[in-house]
Amino acid sequence: MGLLSLAIWLPIAFGVLLLALGRDDNARPVRALALIGALVSLLATLPLITGFDRGTAAMQFVEKMPWIERFNLHYHLGVDGLSLWFVPLTAFITVVVIISAWEVITERVAQYMGAFLILSGLMIGVFCALDGMLFYVFFEATLIPMYIIIGVWGGPRRVYAAFKFFLYTLLGSLLMLVALVYLYFKSGGSFDILTWHKLPLSLPVQTLLFVAFFAAFSVKVPMWPVHTWLPDAHVEAPTGGSVVLAAIMLKLGAYGFLRFSMPIAPDAAREYDWVIIGLSLIAVLYIGLVALVQQDMKKLVAYSSIAHMGFVTLGFFIFNPLGVAGGIVQMVSHGFVSGAMFLCIGVLYDRVHSREIAAYGGVTNTMPKFAAFAVLFAMANAGLPGTAGFVGEWMVILGAVQHNFWIAALAATTLVFGAAYTLWMVKRVYFGDVANEHVRQLADINGREFLMLAILAAAVLAMGLYPKPFTDVMDASVTELLRHVAAPKLN
Amino acid sequence: MTAMNWPVLYPEIWQLAMACVVLLADLFVTGAERSTTFWLTQFTVGVFAALHLVYFDAGATAYGMKGLVVVDPMGHLLAFFAALAVMVTLAYARPTLAARDMMKGEFYTLTLFVLLGISVMCSANHFLVVYLGLELMSLSLYALTALRRDHAVATEAAMKYFVLGALASGFLLYGLSMMYGATGSLEIPRVFEQIATGRINNEVLVFGLVFVVAGLAFKLGAAPFHMWVPDVYQGAPTAVTLLIGGAPKFAAFAITIRLLVEGMLGLAVDWQQMFIVLAVASLALGNIAAIAQRNLKRMLAYSTIAQMGFVVLGLSAGVVSGNTLSAGNAYSSAMFYIVSYVFTTLGTFGLIMYLSRQGFESEEIDDLAGLSQRSPWVAGAMTVFMFSLAGVPPMIGFFAKLSVIQALVSTNVTLYIVLAVVAVLFSLVGAFYYLRVVKVMWFDVPVQTAPIERSQGVAALLAANGLAVLVLGPFSGGLMAMCRDAIVRALAT
Repeated sequence: MGLLSLAIWLPIAFGVLLLALGRDDNARPVRALALIGALVSLLATLPLITGFDRGTAAMQFVEKMPWIERFNLHYHLGVDGLSLWFVPLTAFITVVVIISAWEVITERVAQYMGAFLILSGLMIGVFCALDGMLFYVFFEATLIPMYIIIGVWGGPRRVYAAFKFFLYTLLGSLLMLVALVYLYFKSGGSFDILTWHKLPLSLPVQTLLFVAFFAAFSVKVPMWPVHTWLPDAHVEAPTGGSVVLAAIMLKLGAYGFLRFSMPIAPDAAREYDWVIIGLSLIAVLYIGLVALVQQDMKKLVAYSSIAHMGFVTLGFFIFNPLGVAGGIVQMVSHGFVSGAMFLCIGVLYDRVHSREIAAYGGVTNTMPKFAAFAVLFAMANAGLPGTAGFVGEWMVILGAVQHNFWIAALAATTLVFGAAYTLWMVKRVYFGDVANEHVRQLADINGREFLMLAILAAAVLAMGLYPKPFTDVMDASVTELLRHVAAPKLN
Repeated sequence: MTAMNWPVLYPEIWQLAMACVVLLADLFVTGAERSTTFWLTQFTVGVFAALHLVYFDAGATAYGMKGLVVVDPMGHLLAFFAALAVMVTLAYARPTLAARDMMKGEFYTLTLFVLLGISVMCSANHFLVVYLGLELMSLSLYALTALRRDHAVATEAAMKYFVLGALASGFLLYGLSMMYGATGSLEIPRVFEQIATGRINNEVLVFGLVFVVAGLAFKLGAAPFHMWVPDVYQGAPTAVTLLIGGAPKFAAFAITIRLLVEGMLGLAVDWQQMFIVLAVASLALGNIAAIAQRNLKRMLAYSTIAQMGFVVLGLSAGVVSGNTLSAGNAYSSAMFYIVSYVFTTLGTFGLIMYLSRQGFESEEIDDLAGLSQRSPWVAGAMTVFMFSLAGVPPMIGFFAKLSVIQALVSTNVTLYIVLAVVAVLFSLVGAFYYLRVVKVMWFDVPVQTAPIERSQGVAALLAANGLAVLVLGPFSGGLMAMCRDAIVRALAT
């Protein structure tokens, strides 16, 4: 069994084991087994980083086996510089999620943990799949555990949010399904993504394919105006669900642009880059303003996620190395930062059972250790130099300047808006005098919470201070992707 | 073609003989459980299935009864699946029947005759044999629906089923008689040859064809000939609903292939247009009407109509601009769809029976509320079935939809690609009501608190069924290859 297979199936196997053996009356061994499963899965992904050859843009750790011969489907896995980081990131976030749920989730513990482990394996599968249908199967299958997670452990409007999440995403992906089948037909019976990359296609066909992929991925990213499911899903989901949604699931969409839209329909991508750039700028500017007026902390972070993901798509479609690499860095860093932001909200919510900004004030006075972490993550979210949030945004802005100054100028306003909505929230929640009795009675974070925030803080700082190892891995693949996109592929 | 060739009919002869044996043997069975009858029936169907599987494996095509019947891999495979579906049905139905005083010998005898009728249809090579098999199956099913004759809803359903079914048979027979009038033959290969000569009056042929297609659409349950489906599914005892919703679908598919493809492929341009209309109407009506249902059986009935829309869509893509190259692809995708659909449906109705108990039928969607807390395993199985019907990977239902969509797109005709998009958009609508069942099971608090009356055998079967729907999805290559092989051989002769 290859390393990638291991990374995919280990968490799924542990998840199934938890579902099979888990008893709700005795949650301790269930939690322990879940943590062991997540840690083992994380360890299994580490050899990918050490064994990765930075010098080539080719797929590595490739596994290829016939799967369903009737459609010439293959169990075909591989990673390159574009996808490598998301495999360990997913496994890492899963560990954090398991820790965050430790004492918080008391009902149906085994199912909760099992769902997250299975989800983790499926998401890793999306990043590794090199067969179009295998990708689709993983991409869609992630909806099932997430639907259950939001619906079972979510807030008061969980049913509405779960349905909206599922149906919205399904609508986009179904159009992609038709596109995948059409590519299969056009390529003479192959679902191999790398074959599709080389397939010459006329501009009208490329445009249709681009639209179909756009439907699937823009919903997932999400881009304005199809973002409305995200705030609902985030607000209603349990903390772990929000973390996984923001940290990983949104990246599935952005990754789809890199793996499908850009290389398969490069001419259409260049033709319609203004659409994506326009929508991305709207996400950065308009959604940034929307975030500013939110009363609910989770909603605020949800809107800030949309704005940050706007940066990612902007970086991709200005077609230069800084932009694309910056976009990927932004994806990874946003994974750490948004995950951490949601965890912080979770910590407060577990104590006060409110996410309203107005319900807090002066939290630093009663929870100094926690406030230190929270402010650090808020700074990273606002893009403070030295934190992970800065690197990606800075690279994308630099790339955008090369492309067009005015696009860069508009994009750079995010540094103002991002700082505004994040810091204003920090001010109202953490600083000032103790606002009410609830805040006065707050107990500072315990060892478990300290641990999960500390490892995320370490990741955020490491990536902010020394991003070179992250970007080195991508260089060859990004260059190759851009070379590929620049060359016409019309027939 | 002129020999009697008895050996090819051994499975049917066995089935007929054993149906009589079961009928007689049951007179001497006294226990309320009727174990002897049950096991004898299962044994009969098991041997029948095994015979068909062996014949399928041999892969030969042969004619019997002086050309009245043809036995080819497609017929064997469909008969095998039908027999398998009947065995599963009987196993699911046993505890429910016992609890409702319906455990009578007639149930088993009639079921055996249903299966015999299906098998006759699967191997029909002659218009009258098609009709014979159809009536044998249908009349047995009407009687089964009315098995609880003191139950008002069931008898109403039986009446509706009988009247509409008889009407459909009349349509079919009328259409076939027009065909006979035009071509001068009742033998399907002769009819094919006559149409291929091009010397037959096309108006008469198409006139007859309309009636044939209407009759077939009735039997498949495709809109606008779907009226009977919701009432019968809801009204019939769940055990009988399971029987109606399972094996007979294979028979309807078989006669569609025998009549329209093997007999009237020359008229494909005409019947494909009708099929496209049927498909879109079924997808639209089935999916939209299902949203409004509160009764689970009725919702599944509308979902069946929608699913049949997909099957009909697959059948409509066989001949593209006079070219039959994609026929094998299209028909085998429809066949695979129907196989995966039937085995998913068996599980859903089996589960309804598993949850029901004396005096409580568990037919409303809300009766499933909080099922995941009462029994996570049963809820898990139902979740798998629902996601499979909705076409979410990795369940088998997704691969079935994929194969139909692939058949449509591979034609490279704009109309069919648009149809593929329409079909996936309607399956989005469909996802809503399947998701709602999942929602009720997982997100709602339990209303029913009585413990589920456990029956170990049925629980194991449910688990196996759920696992099959889940695991056979990613590993459906073999099944797809079997369907394709069967169809290609059927087309070759």
